[in-house]
Amino acid sequence: MEWVNAIVQGILLGGLYALFAAGLSLIFGVMRLVNIAHGDLIVAAAYLALVVVQVTGLHPLASAVIVVPLMAAFGYVMQRLLLNPTIGKDLLSPLLVTFGISVILQNGLLATFTADSRRLAAGGIETATLHVLPGLNIGYLPLLMFVAAIVIIYGLELVFSRTSLGRAFRATSDDPEIAQLMMLDRRHVFGMAMALSAAVVAIAGIFLAIRTSFDPASGPARLLFGFEAVIIGGLGNLWGTLAGGIVLGVAQTVGAQISPGWQILAGHLVFFLILAIRPRGLFPRMD
Amino acid sequence: MAGFSIQRSTRTSRATALVALLVLAALVAAPWWAGRADLRLLGEIFSFLALATLWNLLAGYTGLVSVGQQAYVGFGGYALFALAMFLGVHPLLAIVIAGIAGALIAIPIAPLLFRLQGAYFAIGTWVLAEVFRLSFAQVSALGGGSGASLPAGVVTGIASERFVREAMIYWTALAIAVAALAFVILLLRSRTGLALTALRDSEIASESLGIGIWRTKLAVYVSVAGLTSATGAFIFLQKLRISPDAAFSVNDWTAYVIFIAVIGGIGTIEGPIIGTILFFLLRETLADLGTTYLMILGAVAILVMLRAPKGVWGIIAERTGWSLVPIRRRVVFPQ
Repeated sequence: MEWVNAIVQGILLGGLYALFAAGLSLIFGVMRLVNIAHGDLIVAAAYLALVVVQVTGLHPLASAVIVVPLMAAFGYVMQRLLLNPTIGKDLLSPLLVTFGISVILQNGLLATFTADSRRLAAGGIETATLHVLPGLNIGYLPLLMFVAAIVIIYGLELVFSRTSLGRAFRATSDDPEIAQLMMLDRRHVFGMAMALSAAVVAIAGIFLAIRTSFDPASGPARLLFGFEAVIIGGLGNLWGTLAGGIVLGVAQTVGAQISPGWQILAGHLVFFLILAIRPRGLFPRMD
Repeated sequence: MAGFSIQRSTRTSRATALVALLVLAALVAAPWWAGRADLRLLGEIFSFLALATLWNLLAGYTGLVSVGQQAYVGFGGYALFALAMFLGVHPLLAIVIAGIAGALIAIPIAPLLFRLQGAYFAIGTWVLAEVFRLSFAQVSALGGGSGASLPAGVVTGIASERFVREAMIYWTALAIAVAALAFVILLLRSRTGLALTALRDSEIASESLGIGIWRTKLAVYVSVAGLTSATGAFIFLQKLRISPDAAFSVNDWTAYVIFIAVIGGIGTIEGPIIGTILFFLLRETLADLGTTYLMILGAVAILVMLRAPKGVWGIIAERTGWSLVPIRRRVVFPQ
C-alpha cells in the first residue's frame, strides 16, 4: 500500500507540475520563447501572495483575486519592455535577457525577504485529508491542485480554440508576418500571451506557497520541473503537460520512497530516459 | 579569372600578436613581481577567462547555448579530489586526467542533449548539471552533501617549497587560459572553424554544402566539456574545498561566465578577454554590495543584450575596424 500511496501522491503532485509547465508551454507555443525566469516568477508570485495575505487578511486561495491580475500586468509589461525587442532575432538574446531577469528577481527577493524560507498558512486545508483506504490518504490540497490544473488547462484550450485572442495567438505562432498583415499587432499579442502565462504562474505560485516552504532560490528547480513536464508530455500539447507532470510527479514520489535523496534525482533521470526513448515526448503535437 | 589570394593577418593583428607575446612573457614572470594575493587573484581571473572563452565557443560560434557548464566545472573538481585523495595522483597530472574524463563522459551525454532544440537545449544542460550535483551529493566517500577538503599532504606534494608550489599553481592557471584561447583560435582557423561559421549563419545551407552538422557540434561540445572539466579541476585545487552546491553552482560557473561573454561581446575572440577584465574591475569595486551587485550585473547584461548585442568589443570593432585575432579570411585581388 505504501507504493500505491506513493503513486497516487505522485499523480496529484503532477497537477502542480502541470501548472508550472502550462505557462512555459503557452509562451513557447506562441512565440518560441523559453523563459528562464519562469521559476523565479512562480516564486515571486508566492511572495506576492504572502504579502497580500499579510496586508489584507484574505484567505491565501482568495488572494488570487489580487495576485493574478498583478502578475498578469507584470508579465505584459515585462514582455513589451524587455522581451519584444529580442523576439525573432536569434536564439541567444531572448534566452539571455530572461536569464538576466532571473538573476534580478532572485536577488531582488533575497534583498527584500532575506534567505529565510517562508510558508503560507491556509487555515488547515494543507493538512486535511480524505481517508480512501487504510494506508491511502488523499490530501484536500493536492486534490484541489490537481482539479485546478485540469480546469486551467481546459480553460487555456478554450482560449486558444474559441476566442479571438486565441485565434491571434495561433495566427502569430503560425506566421507572424502574415498575422501582422491581418492587422494583428504582434507586440500586443505577445504581451497578452505573457500576461496569460503569468496569470497561470500566479496560481501556481499561490499553490506552491501553501504546499511547501519556499525561499528566493527555489525558482530554478520549479523551472526545471515545468520544463521536464513540457518535454515529457510533448511540445505544443497543453494536455501533454498534464501527462508529463504526472510522470514526473510519480517518478519523484516513487524515488523518494526508495530513498529520500533520490526524490529529485529520480525525476531528472526519468526525464532523460524519456528523452532517450521518445525524443519528441509522449504526445507530441508540434514540430 | 584574375588570380586572387586569401589574406588572414592584418597590420593590427600582427601588432596584437607582438603585444600578446610581451603580455604573456610578463605574466609568466608574475611570481617574481606579484604578491601572493595577486597571484591567487590572477589564477581566478585566468579560470574565468578560460570558462568564458569556452562558453563563447559553444554559444557564440556553435549555436549551443548552455546554461549548464557548471556540470563539467563540478565534475572536473570532483575528479581532481577523487584522483588525488584515493589514487594519490599528482594534482597537476590529475587536472589533465580530469579534462580527459570530462570529455569522455560528454560523449554519451551530447547525443541525448542534442535532441533538444535551441532554447530547450539550454535548459536540458541545466537538468544535466542538477543530475551531477545530486549524484555527487550521494557519494559519501567524497563527503556527500557537505563536501570534502583536500588533505594538506596533497597540496604540499606539488612542491615542498611554498614559493615554487604557488608559482606552479599559478602557471597551471595561465597554461589553462592560454590553452583555451589557443584551442578556440586554432579551431576557428581550421576547416572546422569554417564549418562552424557556416553553421551559425545557416544550418540548412551548410548541410547542403556537405557539412556534417551533428558531427561538428559533437566535436565542439565534447572538447569544450573536456577543457571546462580541466578548468574546474584547477578551480577546486586552488579553493582546496569542494561541496556539491559550490561545485555545481549556476551563479558562479554560468551566470558570471555569461555576463563576461555578453558584456565583452559574444561571438568574438576578444570579447571574453575584455569581459573578464571588466567583470573583475566591477567585482573588486562593487562586490561589497552583495545582492545589489548581482542585480546590477543582471541589469547590465539585459541592457547590453538590448542596446548593444555585440558587447563592448563589438562597439570598438565597429568604430575602428580592428580585428586583433586573425580568424577572418579576406579575399584579396591584385590591384
